Amino acid sequence: MKIQIFGMGCAKCALLEQHAREAVSNLKSDATVEKVTDIGAIAAMGVMSTPALAIDGAIRSAGRVLTTAQIEALISDATFIPR
Amino acid sequence: MQIVWDFLQHQVLGMAWLDAAFGAILGLLGVDTCGRFGASVQFFLYDTSKIFILLTLLIFVISYIQSYFPPERTKKILGRFRGLGANVASALLGTLTPFCSCSSIPLFIGFTNAGLPVGVTFSFLISSPLVDLGAFILLISVFGAKIAAAYVVVGLVLAVAGGTLIDRLGMERHVVRFSASPAAINFEQPEMSRQERLTYAKEQTLGTVHRVWLYIIAGVAIGALIHNWIPAEWIQSVLGKNNPFSVLLATVVGIPMYADIFGTIPIAEALYAKGVGLGTILSFMMAVTALSLPSMIMLRRVVQPRLLATFVGIVTLGILVIGYAFNALRFLFA
Repeated sequence: MKIQIFGMGCAKCALLEQHAREAVSNLKSDATVEKVTDIGAIAAMGVMSTPALAIDGAIRSAGRVLTTAQIEALISDATFIPR
Repeated sequence: MQIVWDFLQHQVLGMAWLDAAFGAILGLLGVDTCGRFGASVQFFLYDTSKIFILLTLLIFVISYIQSYFPPERTKKILGRFRGLGANVASALLGTLTPFCSCSSIPLFIGFTNAGLPVGVTFSFLISSPLVDLGAFILLISVFGAKIAAAYVVVGLVLAVAGGTLIDRLGMERHVVRFSASPAAINFEQPEMSRQERLTYAKEQTLGTVHRVWLYIIAGVAIGALIHNWIPAEWIQSVLGKNNPFSVLLATVVGIPMYADIFGTIPIAEALYAKGVGLGTILSFMMAVTALSLPSMIMLRRVVQPRLLATFVGIVTLGILVIGYAFNALRFLFA
């Protein structure tokens, strides 16, 4: 699983990335966390408010700093529901 | 009715009681609040507390309202309007949508990729930092309802006219295009629950206070300095009603500065008390909030120099016109 954090380097983006990493390690998930700071790449995802979070290429949240628990729930959803 | 309104403006929004309370406390501590030093301290304590109390309450309420208008939804709503109506809707939504210069780029790209005319996007970009509900309430508390309403109205007119003009000048082709997959563009967030909105409002409030507190302290400190230490004659001669260049000067000084509207108001308040013309004050506040070097550097990444220069030129010209017009019509606000 691939988790992406979109943001151009604001404080909130760093916080969201930290929460995502915590969520991954809490769940002992093998997901990777990647930070995307390139405007072109952010725009290509259609993100209009940063920070945004995507799981396996699908945007799950934008303009909000999700809590670690919220990200854990998103990861579990993506893991157990076959897509 | 008048009595109720005066009470609301001076005691509830203006918090005159707080001023009196600080005066009394300083008096008890043996500080002479009629002297320069004491008066500066009193102004500083009163103004910082007032702005922080209003800021916290207002941002909370506004963020709650804003949670209904994320940029994704704003974009959809704007897509339904055409022509001048789109510019007006864009300027109005700009007052409601959470905005800081770090989010201007994704927003800009999102709007243009959705096929919104570049002028509509600029109406939004002008109105968003310039006019917001919080600033409106704070302006009522400092300058009264008439001036606050005038500020909001001319701010919106500037946003609509600026955006429309950018469209008319055929600036569409000077936008840097970024491609986006159609599927990505139609992403929509799930609806928030009330609890989520409250949490969002709380986070926005804390985040905003964290971001702007330094500007407010600096603004009030400069205000206190102007209020008590700089002779009125100096200020009058530079920014006064008799200097025909006062509006120009206030605008040119204000443009590169980056400050929040909440940090700008105490400076404007002190200048106004020293007899600087209303138009000059409005120009200064608008120049500081609408244009700044950081936002221009950001915008440069999504528009070509020609469009950036047009944008800065139009907004500057608009601010100058507003300043001179208000100075000429100041008898209406006396």
